[in-house]
Amino acid sequence: MGKYSRFQLDTDKLLELLESENLSLGDYALAVEMENSPSKSREEIVAWMEEVLNVMENASNKGREQPVHSVSGLTGGDAFLYQKHAESGSSILGKTASSAAARALSCGEWNASMQRVAACPTAGSCGIVPGVLLSLEETYNKTREETVKAMFSASAIGILIGSKATLAGAEGGCQAECGAAAAMAAAASVELLGGSQKAALHAAAMALKNLMGLVCDPVAGLVEIPCIKRNAGCTAIALLSADMALAGVTSRIPLGEVIDAMGQVGKDLPGRLKETAKGGIAVTPTALKLEETLKA
Amino acid sequence: MKKCGIFDIMGPIMVGPSSSHTAGAARLALVARKLSMMKQGPLSAVTFFLHGSFADTYKGHGTDKALLAGILGFNPDDPRLCESYRLAEEAGLKFSFQPKDLGEVHPNTVMFLLESSGKTMTVTGSSIGGGNVIITEIDGLETAFTGEKPLLITKHKDAPGVVSRITALLYQRQINIGNMRVKRSDDPEGAASMYLELDQPAGDDESLAGLAEAISEFPGVESALLAN
Repeated sequence: MGKYSRFQLDTDKLLELLESENLSLGDYALAVEMENSPSKSREEIVAWMEEVLNVMENASNKGREQPVHSVSGLTGGDAFLYQKHAESGSSILGKTASSAAARALSCGEWNASMQRVAACPTAGSCGIVPGVLLSLEETYNKTREETVKAMFSASAIGILIGSKATLAGAEGGCQAECGAAAAMAAAASVELLGGSQKAALHAAAMALKNLMGLVCDPVAGLVEIPCIKRNAGCTAIALLSADMALAGVTSRIPLGEVIDAMGQVGKDLPGRLKETAKGGIAVTPTALKLEETLKA
Repeated sequence: MKKCGIFDIMGPIMVGPSSSHTAGAARLALVARKLSMMKQGPLSAVTFFLHGSFADTYKGHGTDKALLAGILGFNPDDPRLCESYRLAEEAGLKFSFQPKDLGEVHPNTVMFLLESSGKTMTVTGSSIGGGNVIITEIDGLETAFTGEKPLLITKHKDAPGVVSRITALLYQRQINIGNMRVKRSDDPEGAASMYLELDQPAGDDESLAGLAEAISEFPGVESALLAN
């Protein structure tokens, strides 16, 4: 068995390994993938990741360039509206945070209009990682190669969460989809901006802690309300978590334990709050009215 | 602890809105199409029996469009997915969607009733999240196939030695069997069926080349087909 045949899921041992081998989370994720896919070359794997990022970039632009509406007609046009606001200088957030949110809204709307997106880890959370990474790429003049590398960092966190807990809303609520994506984006941001592996793990932990207990309560069972705006909100949490980690702020509870807690909370959540549209926002009077109009 | 690789997390590239209700549905239909074409030739009609969450939310998630798209041979990221109704009609494919309680199955499950010039076949599968699928039934035989790996289907005489001869050939070619099911025919004189999901061999596809042909030459084997 090669050194990288199995992804190290114990986060303490993972950090030891990364530090002793001088590997970033992204380097490590790539090494494990290469070891487990002997028929694919490094170039092929990186090229595929770049293709994923290209699809994400397109989705993050389309909704900002012009209003995009969902097939159901329930949502749309918000990415366009917010982008105008961000461009005008009126945003109370800085350039990076507002453009990250606009990009995330765009991905969500593009998805809801049955267009091509890249699940990350799911279609419902497809705006968070691209929103954050593409905005940082823009603000800090990072190369595409560096951003693709950060995608590998993001996948390392995704692998940890998917293996130890879950990435499915039906099993863990929105914590598992948007929460996971935010943690992924936070760690990836740290590595993109040259932070340490330790800081990346802290960033992921802080992001996920901020989203503990987030329920999956989609109106009419569609991936629109509140999903699209949650993608926007989670970019802010990811960026803040990364920023704190880069400042040296640490999560008092280590990432591994936060992930385990998230998994347990997922099990504790009632079925009403896990992608059944039987609880939360999905059963508000307005939501039920909207659902009726769709059935008509 | 589930096994997760990079591309279980990043991607799939897909047509939205839902990895489970759109991409997963398209993938299920694509596998059903492959199996049907392998066994009974081009499709003339299909009935989609939708269970659970699929039955409740199929319009909004485009599950119906996705299922039709897969049946027509489109991948989950094919932009023509949105127009699959029109394209199905243009192709002359008869189809219908019906809700059906399929029992104790995953909430995102569909049973396909596939017709080809008088012959029929059923395939049942579930979309288990993130675009991943599992085929749980083929013509009444319980299975657990991912649809992502090569599938070998044989029809053979229900007698000792036939199965071991087939598996010996696989061993010889260093092909690992991930999952396999053998089923007797209800007719005592009838042929048995075997379904094997094969692990993709490392390196090239040469070990799979000519595999089905080689197996169909064995005594006792009526037919062998490989879906890749």
